[in-house]
Amino acid sequence: MTERLDGPQAPSAEIADGPSSGPAETPRTNRRLGPSPAVAIAFLLPAALLLGIWVVYPIVYSIFRSLFDAAGTGFVGLGNYATIFSDSGTLTTIRNNLIWVIVAPIVVTTLGLIFAVLTERIKWATAFKLIVFMPMAVSLMAAGVIFRLVYEQSPDKGLANAVLTTVHDTFSSSQGYPEARPREGDQSPVAAEGGTVVTKQPVQTGQPVLIPIVGVKPNVLPGNAQPAKAPAAAGGLSGTVWFDFTPGGGGKNGQVDASEKGLPGMTVEAVQNGKVAGTATTAEDGSFRFEGLPAGSYVVRLPQSNFQASYGGLSWLGPTLITPAIIGAFVWVWAGFAMVLIAAGLAAIPRDALEAARIDGATEWQVFRKITVPLLSPVLLVVFVTMIINTLKVFDLVFIIAPGSVQPQANVIALEMWRVSFGGGNNQGLGSALSVFLLILVLPFMIMNIRRFRRGDS
Amino acid sequence: MRKARAAVILAGLAVAVAACGNAPTTTTPTESGSASAPAAGAKTLQGVKLEVAAKWTGAEQKNFEQVLKAFTEKTGAEVTYASTGEDTGAYLGPRIQGKNPPDVAILPQPGLVQQYADQSALKPLSDDVIKEIDTNYTPYWKELGSADGKVYGVLIKAAHKSLVWYRGQAYDDAGVQPATTWDELVKNAQTIADSGTAPFSLCAASGWTLTDLFENVYLSTAGAENYDKLSKHEIPWTDPTVTTALQKIQQLVGKKEFLLDGSSGALQTDYPTCVSKVYGNKKAAMVVEGDFVAVEAAQSGAKVGEEAKYFPFPKAGDTAPVVLGGDVAVAMKDSPGAMALLQFLASKEGGEIWAKLPGYLSPNKNVSPDNYPDELTKQLGQTIVSAGDAVRYDMSDLAPSAFGGTDGKGEWKALQDFLRNPSDIKGAQTALEAEAKKAWKK
Repeated sequence: MTERLDGPQAPSAEIADGPSSGPAETPRTNRRLGPSPAVAIAFLLPAALLLGIWVVYPIVYSIFRSLFDAAGTGFVGLGNYATIFSDSGTLTTIRNNLIWVIVAPIVVTTLGLIFAVLTERIKWATAFKLIVFMPMAVSLMAAGVIFRLVYEQSPDKGLANAVLTTVHDTFSSSQGYPEARPREGDQSPVAAEGGTVVTKQPVQTGQPVLIPIVGVKPNVLPGNAQPAKAPAAAGGLSGTVWFDFTPGGGGKNGQVDASEKGLPGMTVEAVQNGKVAGTATTAEDGSFRFEGLPAGSYVVRLPQSNFQASYGGLSWLGPTLITPAIIGAFVWVWAGFAMVLIAAGLAAIPRDALEAARIDGATEWQVFRKITVPLLSPVLLVVFVTMIINTLKVFDLVFIIAPGSVQPQANVIALEMWRVSFGGGNNQGLGSALSVFLLILVLPFMIMNIRRFRRGDS
Repeated sequence: MRKARAAVILAGLAVAVAACGNAPTTTTPTESGSASAPAAGAKTLQGVKLEVAAKWTGAEQKNFEQVLKAFTEKTGAEVTYASTGEDTGAYLGPRIQGKNPPDVAILPQPGLVQQYADQSALKPLSDDVIKEIDTNYTPYWKELGSADGKVYGVLIKAAHKSLVWYRGQAYDDAGVQPATTWDELVKNAQTIADSGTAPFSLCAASGWTLTDLFENVYLSTAGAENYDKLSKHEIPWTDPTVTTALQKIQQLVGKKEFLLDGSSGALQTDYPTCVSKVYGNKKAAMVVEGDFVAVEAAQSGAKVGEEAKYFPFPKAGDTAPVVLGGDVAVAMKDSPGAMALLQFLASKEGGEIWAKLPGYLSPNKNVSPDNYPDELTKQLGQTIVSAGDAVRYDMSDLAPSAFGGTDGKGEWKALQDFLRNPSDIKGAQTALEAEAKKAWKK
């Protein structure tokens, strides 16, 4: 592939021949121009035979099979096709395929175009192209495994979330006691309220405030936390915030027991009439004291900032993001392919047209839009249509990246076809109907591609 | 799907027959304990090549391969192992269609025996193997491997699915004791959550773990009779008994702090990752699954019996549930090698080799529980062999596999959706019923 990249006049037709179904094309032209029909047939026969066995027969048999039920004995007419359009699961697959077909080819072609145009300008173009093209050498199966790891939820394992959390944490770092909360039930003197923890009853100055908290994860409890002390009655507003759970059990709820630890570093607010009257921070034993607060009755509140969970990134493999996530993997694989094709086309653009435009005072953007893109459009179209066909039959990436629980949300037609035919249901009738449906979807794009090639040949 | 229905009915009958016939037969003295048949002579299968397909991976696969090695040493036959992955039907289907099946396949669901027998993909067992089965198994297990009156399969591995595994340290820290009733379990979960550890690590990405949980709760709350009816879809999934069971499950999964990483995290966690989250990362206290957790727990560095302990699934209703699973070995090619291997697997000799490895329970009544590597497995083995009338086979494994055994479909999907939105019991039931109708109709 590298030589081709280097070639100034890489023949785009040669590369583009690959994904097309050219063979059906060539013989027919031969027949028209060939010397004698007998010779033509003799030459045609091997190809026709192979195509017959591996292309025509399976298609015909699939169409035939799609008219029968699961066992293959009962004729159901178009019943299987009706099932496709009445089953909500299958409709999801059609919707997903639609998203794929609209998004993936555009993104791949655009990225390919950007890479191709930019690499024209840089010194290490070949090295850059090689790297972008490299994913093509990886099988889709392996690419799926790679991206399954990339999208892993835990930032310790998944690259995507590791990047997100790193970026996020540079702007706002989290600390405190995520997931800690007051104990449920009526006995607890404090209650959760919209992410904050507040005392249920207003407290009076001079009367110690107890704020028991449970569910503190062992790894967030600071090492300097000291055993909590029951607050003694004193002047002003003071109290204790502590982890109200005796290791090994046995402690009394709502009481400061001997082995229970205070929660240092908690921000505590005293609120009066909806306004924050004072702020304090707990000490190592969890005690706090508001300085210079006028006597009266207050609600003591632990603001939400104490319980902010650290940012965990996005759940890429969840039901909402799964299809975009898999499309991301697809783009990673195919962008290089698009870039190589477009770069080849770019090399074939007559330089004088570009230069003429530049001399006439066109900006780079104008050159790109008015000259490069129109001249490239045949290649762009080939890439685009090839990608549409590729996305329609996408299977392996979805199968591998989506965890079992979101497979229904990520499902696409090709995968559904395989599942109903061989996985579980063993309904090859419905599976054949799905494959025929897929064929019908691909067909217009195939014909379009073939036509283009034919026009290009003449 | 007439076949599938027949399979379910038959499998259901098998359970019923076994339930009735169990007690007398266990006491019937079988002609002396001479179980280890003389096999087919020494090294008679030299040069024979066999392929065995099963769904086991990881440690379970390694253990099984040791058993195969013993077979090779005994007979000289060369055995290769092929892993079918989670979806055994998807692996075997194309190979059967292509007329290139493995010699021996190990099916995770008895329902598949009937399904493949109908496709004429199975070979009836030879008289030698059947004799071996009669010597070593109660009729209950023999029926599970039969279809249309012919014996096709031998149940070589049983799984006890009514257990709750817990991490000793987490329980000590929270100061709780293993629960015997559902309410106690919920109360303990609250206490453990208060102590700062997530009580449950669910393996919800593997749908079968959710069906197991449901089956235990349902068997306990609705009773064995309803369990049989629901297994055959004789009562709809919209039945009030299902509502009760889902309400119980809701008590566990409805609270964010009860699940490690919440429900969305649980839905991305497959089995056995959930086990390593309990015993490896020590992030959660309990995992609700069968005896086979032992293998993965040991893999995560926890000693079974010390750090990795379990208690019987607590009573959610009137009775403590006992749900069993099991793997059936069948012959897909009628070769002497395949039959010899099945005979070996059904024999006392083969069973005892396997029994010495962790994570294995034998349904073979002549395999003495003394062979098991630890005390806990010994007790489990005892309960399976002497299990009474209340035992039921895993419901989802008796259902058509489109309902009870396919990723992203049927019961698996419906329960995963329920976990995603635990407040919607009614919606879950409607979805279950719709999926069940689809699977049973055809």
